[in-house]
This record gives sequence, C-alpha cells and structure tokens, in this order.
Amino acid sequence: MQLDAEPLLAELAQKIGTLPEDTAVVGIHTGGVWAAEKLHAMLGATLPLGKLAVTLHRDDFSKIGLHPQKKATDMPFDVDGRHILLVDDVLNSGRTLRAALNELFDFGRPASVKLAVLVDRGRRELPFSADYAGATMTLDPSQELVLKNDNNKLRFDIQPKN
Amino acid sequence: MSANMTKIEINNGRLIDAANKLDQVQSLYIEGERIAAVGNAPVGWKADKVIDASGKMVCPGLIDLCARLREPGSEHKATLESEMLAAVAGGVTALACPPDTDPVLDEPGLVEMLKRRAGAIDQARVYPLGALTAGLGGEKLTEMVELTEAGCIAFTNANHPIVDTVVLYRAMQYAATYGYAVWLQPEDAHLARGGIAHDGEVASRLGLAGIPVSAETVAISTIITLMRDTGARVHLTRLSSRLGVELVRAAKAEGLPLTCDVGIHHLLLSDRDIGHFDSLYRFAPPLRSPGDRDALSRGVIDGTIDAICSDHTPVDDDAKNVPFGEAEPGATGLEMLLPLTLKWAADANAAIPVALQKITAHPAKLLGLNSGVIAPGSPADLCIFDSAAFWAVTPQTLRSQGKNTPYLRREMQARVSMTLVGGRVVYTA
Amino acid sequence: MPLQFNPQLGADGKLKHLLTTEGLPRAMIESILETADQFVSVGDREVKKVPLLRGKSVFNLFFENSTRTRTTFEIAAKRLSADVINLNINASSTSKGESLLDTIDNLAAMNADMFVVRHAQSGAAHLIAQHVKPGIAVINAGDGRHAHPTQGLLDMYTIRHYKKSFHNLSVAIVGDVLHSRVARSGIHALTTLGCPDVRVIGPKTLVPTDCERMGVSVFHDMYRGLEGCDVVIMLRLQNERMTGALLPSAHEFFKSYGLTSEKLARAKPDAIVMHPGPMNRGVEIDSPIADGRQSVILPQVTFGIAVRMAVMATVTGA
Repeated sequence: MQLDAEPLLAELAQKIGTLPEDTAVVGIHTGGVWAAEKLHAMLGATLPLGKLAVTLHRDDFSKIGLHPQKKATDMPFDVDGRHILLVDDVLNSGRTLRAALNELFDFGRPASVKLAVLVDRGRRELPFSADYAGATMTLDPSQELVLKNDNNKLRFDIQPKN
Repeated sequence: MSANMTKIEINNGRLIDAANKLDQVQSLYIEGERIAAVGNAPVGWKADKVIDASGKMVCPGLIDLCARLREPGSEHKATLESEMLAAVAGGVTALACPPDTDPVLDEPGLVEMLKRRAGAIDQARVYPLGALTAGLGGEKLTEMVELTEAGCIAFTNANHPIVDTVVLYRAMQYAATYGYAVWLQPEDAHLARGGIAHDGEVASRLGLAGIPVSAETVAISTIITLMRDTGARVHLTRLSSRLGVELVRAAKAEGLPLTCDVGIHHLLLSDRDIGHFDSLYRFAPPLRSPGDRDALSRGVIDGTIDAICSDHTPVDDDAKNVPFGEAEPGATGLEMLLPLTLKWAADANAAIPVALQKITAHPAKLLGLNSGVIAPGSPADLCIFDSAAFWAVTPQTLRSQGKNTPYLRREMQARVSMTLVGGRVVYTA
Repeated sequence: MPLQFNPQLGADGKLKHLLTTEGLPRAMIESILETADQFVSVGDREVKKVPLLRGKSVFNLFFENSTRTRTTFEIAAKRLSADVINLNINASSTSKGESLLDTIDNLAAMNADMFVVRHAQSGAAHLIAQHVKPGIAVINAGDGRHAHPTQGLLDMYTIRHYKKSFHNLSVAIVGDVLHSRVARSGIHALTTLGCPDVRVIGPKTLVPTDCERMGVSVFHDMYRGLEGCDVVIMLRLQNERMTGALLPSAHEFFKSYGLTSEKLARAKPDAIVMHPGPMNRGVEIDSPIADGRQSVILPQVTFGIAVRMAVMATVTGA
C-alpha cells in the first residue's frame, strides 16, 4: 500500500508557518533528510541544511553491529546557541530521535530543538513528542512505514516488517 | 637372566626382515634370550609359551637412534620410567639417547648411573651417547675412553654445534685414534643464530627469523673436509635439506666413512605445516620446504640416508604454549615411529620390509649391534603389530610424559600388540 | 597444520580478531575502510566521542614499548567511549615470572572485552586469540616482524583517500622490509585490494627470502624501483640495524635508499609519500620530502585513529 507524502509535507510546512530567523533545519538520515531538503526550500531557510547520521549513537549496536554506510553527519554551521528544527519522516518508538539528539549535542549546545515529522505513529517507548506532525496514524506493529524517494517525489510504502 | 631358557613359539605371524629376505607367514622359535629357529621347529621342541600372531606382522624390535629420556634434570618433562614404557609400547627395543641432559652425560659416573637405572627398569635396551665436549660447551674434550668403558657407544655434541673449528678438528682426530664414531648435528652456529624456521617463503611471510639451508651445507662441508684430514668415522644426525642429502651422497660415493639419519617428522612434514604459528611444528633442525622433504624421502629410498629415527623429545605444555619463537623445539615420537614410518612408506611407495629396515637392521648396524634382524642366534628383540589397526593419538593413549606432537588428536594406522626384549614379553597391548 | 581456517573469523564469517591483513576477505577490508569514513569527522567535533563501546574494557597490552602506537589505540578506544587500561609489560619481568597466557588469563578474569597486543614475538597475537574465550577480541598492534594490521589498513585508507582506487596503482615499499611488519601487512592488504604492481626496494640484506612469493617485484636500485610509482611507502630503519652485518652505515643507506627529491622525481608527479613513523630524517627520508607537498605522513596519523576506531567497532559489533 502506498501513501503520497507530498500533501503531508505541505500540511507540515503550513503548521510550522514562518521559520524564525537563525533557525537551522536538520534532517535525520535517510528519509528525514529528504523531507528536510523539501521543507528547507518551502520554508525559505537561510542557513545551509544540516544532516545527522545516527548509526554511531544507536542503542542496538551490540545486537546488530556496525554497518558501513555512505551516509554521514554534516553540520555546516555552528550548533552552539542555535535554534534547531529537527526533521524526520516517521516518529515511532523515539529511539532514533534519542540517538539523533546525542549526535547533535556532540557538536555543541543548541538554544532550542523542535521536532517536525511527516507521520507520528504514536507508539512511543521514550518520553518524546513532536512539535509538528503532518499526520497521526495508527498502524499495526507488524507493519512498517518506509519513505521512498521516486524522482524527488516522496511517498510512503506500508509494508510488513521484515 | 642367563638362567632363563624359556621356550616361546610365535605362530601364524607374517615375519618381516628384508636383511634375511623374509616376508611370509611362518613360525618363530625363541629359546632364552635368542631366536632359536625360523620356519621349522628345532628338534625335540616343546614350547613353554605359544603366542598366536594371526593377522599380525612380526618384525625385529625397532631401534631408535635418538630418544631423549630427559633424565637427569628434566623430570617434569619426562622420566626414565615413562619413556621406557613409551619405547616398548611403540615396539622400540633399543634406543640411543643423546647426552643433552642436565647434568650433561660427560662423566663416566653419570653414564653408569643411567645404565644402572635403565637396567633396573629392564625394558628397552639403552645405549648412551657420550658428550663430545665437556658440558657440550664446545671447548674441552671429554674422557672418551673412560666414557666408552662406562657404556657410551659414540660421541656427540647433540644440538649444540661446536663453534670453534679447531675443537671440532681435534675432537674428530681424538675419536679417530680409538675408532670411536662421532655423531654430529650439521648446523653452522653462526648461520643458524637467532633462527626459528626454515629461511624460505613461509618464514618470510610469518616474519620468523630464518635458518638458511646453508647453515646445514656449510657444516656438512666442513665436517667432510675434516673427515678427509682426520679419518674420523662420522654419523650425521637429522638431515633436513635437499642440498645436505646431495653432499652426503657425494661423500659416500667418495668412500668416506659417513652415515646419516633423518627424523621421521622431516620425512612427512614441511614448513608449510606451521600454519598459523603452530608451535607443535617447531623442530630442530627446522622443517624445511616441501622440496627438501621430498629429497629426504628419496635419500632414504636410495640409501643415502641410512636410518630413520623418532628424535623423541618430550616437551611439556608450558614450553609449547608460548609464541612460536619461544617454544621449545621437538615432539614426542617413540610411540609413533612405527606407524609414521609405515605412513611414509605408503606415501613414498616404499615396500614395508624396506621401510622397516630403516628403523631396525640399519640403525642396529650403526650402533654396532647384532640385533635388528630375525635370524637364528640373534637376540629375540621383536615387535608384533597389527598393520591395519587404527588408534587415536591423545594425551591419554600416549605413555610418554611428552604429549606434544603434530599428530595429537590424529589417527594412526598400525598398532603394536606385543614387544619382546631378549625373549621376554615386556609389553602387551 | 595447513592454512585451512582463518583464526580471525568466527564461524559466521565475521571478524572476531584482527591479527593480520593476510587472508582477510577483500569485502571485509573494504567494509573497515568505509566504516572508518564515518569516524574521520568525529575528531573534528566539539565532543570527540561516540558511545559505541560504552562500558567495554579495552586493555592495551604492550610487551614492547611504543608510546606512539599505544596512544593512537588509546585515543581510538576513548573516542568510542571505552574504558582503557594501559599495561606496559617489559619482557624481562615476564621472562622470570608469569607466562604470557597466565597474564592474559588474569586480565580476562578482570572482565576484559578487548586486548590490544604488541609483542616482540611473531605470532604472539595469534596465540592469545586462540586462547581467549569467545567474546574477547584481540587486536594485533604489532607482533615481531610479522604483522601490524591496523597500520596496513590505515595505509590503505590513506592511499584510497588520495588515489580513490587500487586498480591501476604502482606502490613501492622501500627500506628494511626484512624486519618490517608494516611492509608485510601493507603487501597483503594491497594485493587483496587488487593493486596490480607492488614493489619492494632495498638492499639484499634487508629483503626477505622468496619475497616475490608474496606477490611483489623486488628492486635493489631505488631509481628503477620508483619509476612511475603512484605511492611510495618508506619504512623505518631501526637504530640497531644501521651499522653491523646488515648495513655498513646510516649514511650509506641514505645514499642508496633514502628518499630524496632526486629519487622521488622518478615517481609520478602526483605520487604520495608515506611513512609509518617515527621517521629518521636523513636516514630513510630527506627533510624537505618529509615536509613537502607530496608527503601525507601527518594525514596518515589522523586517519590511523579513525581506522583503529573502525576495527574496534567491527570486532565488538555482533
């Protein structure tokens, strides 16, 4: 089953409204970066886009090990004292977000962090909530929501978890 | 023992003794310490004991040119009791032991004590090799005449090369005065210094300091040159290289009184087997290339190499469970000499009787013994074995206190079922 | 025993220990280099740490002194948030006391998760790896003349960084190859990664017997050996080898095998110059070259930390 993600992006941009001056948009690899790239343009952000790879902060390292990947963290601005809009595609357990915040804080102490997600699945295992969500959706735990980038058109595939 | 005139009859065994062109199922008759008859019973024969050797081979007891018994000095590695039992369990009825004990066998008293201890245990016959120089130090000659009277059958500096060529020259001259045989491990001390493994591809890859083949050939060349000068009778121990075999072949062709042996492991293994620094494959001299191994094998077959020995060296775990370069060389071997020699024969396409000669009649001749054959009048030193039986080499199955061998946890074919020394059954499986 | 198993790999084919670059599958070397990419930037951050090895105890076990190598492993482990315990055990104290494996057992009883071992004997790391219980990783930080695999891998990382691919490269390794674990680890890694032309340059006294069997070509004339090279790896000449039966003098060695601008001119104009350190200026390498535009000796050090982090993370991950 597929779900067009573009309307969710528009919805999200609208909820965020105008981006305060001095706010940096930061996407979480991989889906969050795609969403963040679009939001960055839609919101007319002035600072360059930040990217976070969370593999080095994952809490399941001892279970699944480390896999080399091309995705790398890129913070092309000073994080210290900055307002950050953190963007991810799906908010579920909150564990990725925990890793992302740890990674982010390795670069400095931001003034504030707000969270924007395309979809909030609402099955939290950690005390987080999104400041902005394109949609809230309840899915069976056996299903997985995966963001796909098809020629710069974003869509969600709903598929059984493998 | 002189009163022992027990009559033993061994029936249905396949008697093997190439020296007497014997390879058939026949009966063997023993009276007292000696073989009384082969094939037909002597007139009026009545056996006190009959041994059925159906399905088994009967050969002369094995004669091992090098077995370290580790006494005195290294009783934590082995004792006379444990190693003598290992010998007879391996079908070995006579062995020569090198003088590299602690203290070194360089005084008549020590030799007499060893002979007495071995005599009391009364299993395999022990022939001590006396030290060629005091303390094997390579400086001062030993009292060879007195040592011979005490029971030494030849003189050697074991694995301690004599660095000073003048001392080697004098030692050979002096031994030649009395016609004593000098046994020498051909290794140039300088070229071998600090070396751990054969200087070749494997040592280069593993970063192990190499011992070049020239360490052996330089030493052999020196020894051969000094033999021409001194007239000494020399036996080279543990050849390891193709070029070494070639030098010996040429010297023999020249008519020099030169003989030599090889360790059984050097006929079967090469430096490739060291693998990932397996210290069980550390030997002195080092295992060399597969080409060297094959040349040694050919040397045994064509008679350049006179005998095969076990080079039995019990090494305790503490001396092996260390990095390769710190590990003590050597392996336990008495109990594997027979099966490994037969394995070599199979691999090298050598006939069993021919192979057995290399561990019986030929070493007997080198030691000046009248054993190693199956003939009326010769000592009833015999080995009865099942050439088809398999057994596993484990710390439990080995009688030797030395449990370290490259063949640990491997299977051996050919198992000794009975060993007789001087007409007495000293071992039964 | 023949080379029938690889003691570095578990039954699942994953890396359990890093003992040598020889026999490492190509994909595994590439995976370590790619993993290192992720770690290079960690050193630039305000917090130079990631939590992958949090709670793990890494024992730096140096039976042979080397402050520099020990420090790079220490930094790598600390950037992965491990607890690091440094032990310098000189050979004299072990020779009269505890055996190597007793020392290991004692430290393992203190719940060590990883041993980083340097030892003067070739094969010491193999011995330890075969002895420790499952779950404890052993990283060889140099064993005798045999191997120094993290150095070999960081050299590969450096070459890949500057030259992108190994497929058309000519790499020369110059100097005391006989005693060099760096050379051996480099040679095996290069041939595994598909480098078609590995050359070894040195006097006959310092080139190992049958060296060609490792897949290299041997040169005794450095000018000829450097012809058209893309990468020049200079080896350290130990002080004790500079005079004696191997070489008459450091001066004469430099004349024949020291890297000067004159000799380097034979290599490609964009050739890079590497050295594992510490350098003997004026013995292996002329100062203007060591500090020149073609030198990547300092980047090697930086990449070394990331590569060691990658190795530690790889052997620790399930």
